[in-house]
Amino acid sequence: MKDSVSPDKLRQLYYEMLRIRRVQLKIESLYHLDDMKTPIHMYIGQEAIAAGVCAHLGKEDYISSNHRGHGHYLAKGGSLKRLVAELYCRETGCSKGRGGSMHLVDTSVGHMGSSSIVGGGIPIGTGLSLSIQMKGQGRVSVVFFGDGAAEEGVLYESVNFAILKQLPVIYIYENNQYAVCSQISARQRGEIIFHQTNPADMFVKVVDGNSVLDVYQAAGMAVERARAGDGPSFIECKTYRLRGHAGAGSDVHLGYRPSEEISLWEARCPVADFRKRLLQNGDMTAGDDEFMEKEIADEIDEAFLFAQTSPLPKGEEVEKYLFRG
Amino acid sequence: MPWSKIKPEIEEPDFQSVLGNTCRKVAYAEAIREALDQALELDERVFVMGQGVDDPSGMFGATLNLHKKHGRTRVFDTPLAENGLTGIAIGAAIGGMRPVYFHNRPDFLLLTMDQLVNHASKWHYMFGGAVHVPLVVWACIGRGWGSAAQHSQALQGLFMHIPGLKLIMPSTCYDAKGLMLASIADENPVIILEHRYNFKHTGLVPEEPYRVPIGKGVIRKTGTDITIIAVSYMVTEAYHAAETLKSDGIDAEIVDLRTLRPFDEEIILSSLAKTGRVLIADTGWKAGGVTAEIAAFLCENGFSSLKAPISRVACPDIPTPSGFTLEEAFYPGAKDIVIASRKLMGWGR
Ligand SMILES: Cc1ncc(C[n+]2csc(CCOP(=O)(O)OP(=O)(O)O)c2C)c(N)n1
Ligand SMILES: [Mg+2]
Repeated sequence: MKDSVSPDKLRQLYYEMLRIRRVQLKIESLYHLDDMKTPIHMYIGQEAIAAGVCAHLGKEDYISSNHRGHGHYLAKGGSLKRLVAELYCRETGCSKGRGGSMHLVDTSVGHMGSSSIVGGGIPIGTGLSLSIQMKGQGRVSVVFFGDGAAEEGVLYESVNFAILKQLPVIYIYENNQYAVCSQISARQRGEIIFHQTNPADMFVKVVDGNSVLDVYQAAGMAVERARAGDGPSFIECKTYRLRGHAGAGSDVHLGYRPSEEISLWEARCPVADFRKRLLQNGDMTAGDDEFMEKEIADEIDEAFLFAQTSPLPKGEEVEKYLFRG
Repeated sequence: MPWSKIKPEIEEPDFQSVLGNTCRKVAYAEAIREALDQALELDERVFVMGQGVDDPSGMFGATLNLHKKHGRTRVFDTPLAENGLTGIAIGAAIGGMRPVYFHNRPDFLLLTMDQLVNHASKWHYMFGGAVHVPLVVWACIGRGWGSAAQHSQALQGLFMHIPGLKLIMPSTCYDAKGLMLASIADENPVIILEHRYNFKHTGLVPEEPYRVPIGKGVIRKTGTDITIIAVSYMVTEAYHAAETLKSDGIDAEIVDLRTLRPFDEEIILSSLAKTGRVLIADTGWKAGGVTAEIAAFLCENGFSSLKAPISRVACPDIPTPSGFTLEEAFYPGAKDIVIASRKLMGWGR
């Protein structure tokens, strides 16, 4: 199937990853100015996952995201301007300055809100798939979560229900091997229970999360299954977080992970790797690449200008939005 | 053992409310069941879930046989995974459905606090109004026959603390139906805490669907000497207390709050202005609970009307014991309301 991905699609996948990367680098470069007063969690190193999965989704499909959610939001088609405005705590932000970096939303593209409670979005994304099934819509719901979240009880509760009802939900387990400074080996002993699932109950696959094509292909099978009413899927994407848990930049000085480990994964950068491959195979020209960089840079500049010049929420409206109606 | 079955053998107090003309006498559980039946009938987005909603006792009768009429897709039993299933209900609500999630006991809601408090209550505010969660969570407070410490907790104080959750505690058959229909129609997460003793009642309930407004209390009995603000089953106890007080020459007014969050500020302030003396009666604990909050509100906003300190009748701050002699000592009732009321009347004289 790898060869059956059209050059157009390959370039699209690359574009999506590149865009997520460039947005984050821009955020990082300005974060020290302290105008973005919000706790950020960089997705740098994990772009292939959001890009590869969301390439199969339409606006009407749902995603449920977490604290490390910039990539999910952008890949799903969330407004870049409103993302940046949210980081700048503006009224024009996607959550009107009430949510911040960890609480993004764009219902116009099926992003129904991200939770910063680890594992919290898992049952909600599962419930979204229940609403799809009840309405008989052929849509899918995708749940993104990390290896820390995989240890929470709600994952078990949610997957059990998804299997029971054969829900159109896809669990994307982004195993970046760390939860804050805690290495996965301190928390889990190898495989988790869902790797043992009967394939008739749930499609389970482990993929290289730094290969956008591997993610894309596995997600494609999962989405097809879900749309056909053939039940849930669980895809573990093995990956690595290249930056610190929160904030901007490297955290190598903290010493909880060896610098050689970071370098090793830097050499496996999903964006640079794929770029090299596309250029080598002639699926993308240097000109294409330049054009993309330029287009993305312009879009980013525009988004930051929009955010920086947008109005701030008014103190007298602090009580607004407690209840609907 | 009469624990999971409750016989509706007592007529609820006659509050002389004007109820409309299609009223019949029905049991408390049947009033709820009728509300659910009508909501399922009228709105295809509504579904009912919970551990045992389709079992032979049908959640004390409140969901009895609904699955037979509306099908198991819309009325379904759930795995014992209260937190996960609450999140699933939230997701379904965000996706445009209107789930009603039943639990036998509020004690089990403690396992759902992450989804209720961290998620359902926050979703509308935290996303600047972009999403909302029209979810109803229902649970029935246990009491009696050794329900003990883990099957009898009246946890309204905990939920009342949380911005973004609506909290309802009905006391009559009429309200049980009307508040259920109002909760299902509401665009926000609503918790309904029932009380096991209310299920002993029968009362007048109109046949057609109707809504009792959320956030509005009601005067169950007018009076001039003292205001008894009561919640849920304590309204019945307050009624009996008022009968006794009458023979003392004390004319008590009873305010049934019905909704604890948001509670009806106006009705209690104007009753206080009339009587100058307030007693608050709740089925839950005293410390940091409903009586504390209402008392604080009245002190802040109606102090000049107070002729005596506010009095509170609530459960002692200990776990519920199981033995019946200890239960007897644990639960406050009409007698305690009478004693406290007399004391209030004597204050300053
Ligand atoms: C329930 C809960 N426990 C702890 C935290 C603090 N916390 C925030 S992110 C995080 C690590 C999560 O790890 P993982 O799920 O692997 O996601 P990653 O950060 O690696 O993307 C922790 C412990 C939290 N937000 N929620
Ligand atoms: Mg992790």
